[in-house]
Amino acid sequence: MAARIFAMAPSSTSPRWWWWAFIVAAAAILLTLPEYADLGLQLDLSKIFIFSLLALSMGFLWGFGGMLSFGQTAMFGVGGYTYAVLSLNTGETTGSIFVAILFAMAFAAILGYFLIYGRISAIYFSIITLVVTLVLEKAMRSTSSEYYTIGDVQLRGQNGISLVPSLQVPWNPSVELFIDGVFYLSVVVLILVYIGLRLLLTSRFGRILVCIRENERRTELLGYDSRKYQLIAFVIAGGVAGLSGALFSVWNNFIAPEMMNLGSAANVVIWVIVGGKSTLIGPIIGTAAIEYMTSWMGKQPWVGQVTLYLGPVLIMFVMVFKEGILPTIGMGLALIFDTVRGNSDGRATMKRRIWRTNIFSKRTN
Amino acid sequence: MDEVGIFAFQIGYSFAIFILISLGLAVIFGMMRVINLAQGEFIMLGAYVCLFATKAGIDLWLAMLMSAVAVGLFGAIVERLLIRWLYGRILDTLLATWGLSMLMVGTVTTLFGPQGEGVESGLSAVQMGVYRISEYDLVLIAIAIALLIGTTCLWRFTRFGLIVRGTMQNAPMAGSLGVNTSLVYTATFAFGSALTGLAGAAFAPIAGIAPTMGIIYVAKAFITVISGGHLPLIGTMSAAGLFGTIDGVMGFVTTTVVAQITVLLSAILLLRLLPLGITGRLKKGF
Repeated sequence: MAARIFAMAPSSTSPRWWWWAFIVAAAAILLTLPEYADLGLQLDLSKIFIFSLLALSMGFLWGFGGMLSFGQTAMFGVGGYTYAVLSLNTGETTGSIFVAILFAMAFAAILGYFLIYGRISAIYFSIITLVVTLVLEKAMRSTSSEYYTIGDVQLRGQNGISLVPSLQVPWNPSVELFIDGVFYLSVVVLILVYIGLRLLLTSRFGRILVCIRENERRTELLGYDSRKYQLIAFVIAGGVAGLSGALFSVWNNFIAPEMMNLGSAANVVIWVIVGGKSTLIGPIIGTAAIEYMTSWMGKQPWVGQVTLYLGPVLIMFVMVFKEGILPTIGMGLALIFDTVRGNSDGRATMKRRIWRTNIFSKRTN
Repeated sequence: MDEVGIFAFQIGYSFAIFILISLGLAVIFGMMRVINLAQGEFIMLGAYVCLFATKAGIDLWLAMLMSAVAVGLFGAIVERLLIRWLYGRILDTLLATWGLSMLMVGTVTTLFGPQGEGVESGLSAVQMGVYRISEYDLVLIAIAIALLIGTTCLWRFTRFGLIVRGTMQNAPMAGSLGVNTSLVYTATFAFGSALTGLAGAAFAPIAGIAPTMGIIYVAKAFITVISGGHLPLIGTMSAAGLFGTIDGVMGFVTTTVVAQITVLLSAILLLRLLPLGITGRLKKGF
């Protein structure tokens, strides 16, 4: 079972009862957590859940659409800045979240149109999205003069925008969400987005998307315009990343260009690749594991530069555990189960799958 | 007249910068289909070698050569340990070298501290009408052109260039003719790294040398190489010419940030029209 949950379940089939049971159990545990956990833990977990949305948007595109986009970090920034500028100008917070999502989606649509409809190759797509992120960061850094003011809000360059308003309760704007409120919100949003993306993959759209990942030319010969589907996936993922950015500036009450620099983009890659991109739960687990590790390391006196450790982690996962933690564990478990049951057929398949992730196998992409 | 002169200088200077930061990357990407995201950190390494060599009292020009050799050797080690396992998996080379770049930034910061340092070029400025041009900037343009011509000649007219091109086109065939292809791969990667190291040393007198200095160059380097297309030298030259002109003009008229945004937008537009880059339609063989 573990193997089927983590590694084997094809994305095209509808989730089974145990998947729903898992969701309900996770929701129940998380939503009762504030009863016995202190505010510090809630604050840390909210951050992990908000970042998980960003990881999900990249994992969805990469794992199921076959598009490795580093531009999710840029859309995270677009969402965060849109929320900050709008909510400071209007005082309206819930609406600003939705506008932030729309802005990020529009940004993704324009960028995606040029890249996807130009049919540039996968590696060019990855690099251009990365460069877009870097240049956007540089542009935001250069907005320190008073000339760059939108409405009443100064962008203030690399100092960022501080005092971003907290989220208000939509039906009662005088009440602001406190730490536990943000925690509940991030749990609910993450679970809804996770369910939404999972169900999207079982739909006709999701199947065509996976089909394009497997073989773009064949999909086109079947009569589907692959560019249209890839662009839609890119826009959806952009919306999720924008939502993540908007929630992050709610969580932090602050947004700055460094949220979309090279280091932040690298973090997203590491979350997704460590968790594994072949499932949607993988990026969430990866985010939690890496964020927990870095915050733990931040408290240790012997740790100097965190990049000194994250770099080798990334190299190791690219070269040795290409499928990520969860599928590797899942495949290992399946191998053990099948050996115990004497199911040699399954065992051979599993061995092949594990072997395929080995560094000695050569695969073109 | 002065305006025209300074304008031409500005464009030539931008062109030289683009060539210097992307030539090594173009050799590695164009020849070997390997993306080295640690390009900026190789530049940083070259600058640091130059810094320590000049601090030890070695002449700046000799220190530049030492940077090239040191970074070239480093590249050979990286190829043997890391890149070797990833041929044919181009996205994985990008991710693995990203990890390498983080490791290098972390290591250099731990060893030498995060603060920036500088190198003196010892050159003065020349007067052009009312404007002053630093002599070292002219030297940079000369270095860029020399590297470009040198690499072209090496590729086209020497036996080494022939073997490299043959191996990259068809490695098993070259191997069956008695070429040690694995050594050729290492040598090509080392050569690209050495070019990058030399560029890093050349930037040492004009840039603040710090562990994170590589980030400045990454965006420009990748835009140039990708827009150039599959012929590394012609592609890089034409892309550097195009973007160098845009960058020079925009940088002259507005700010450097606006110039960089314009360069990015024109690259995206260019790739929409020519998805394979400027040389995408040209035949292979150079």
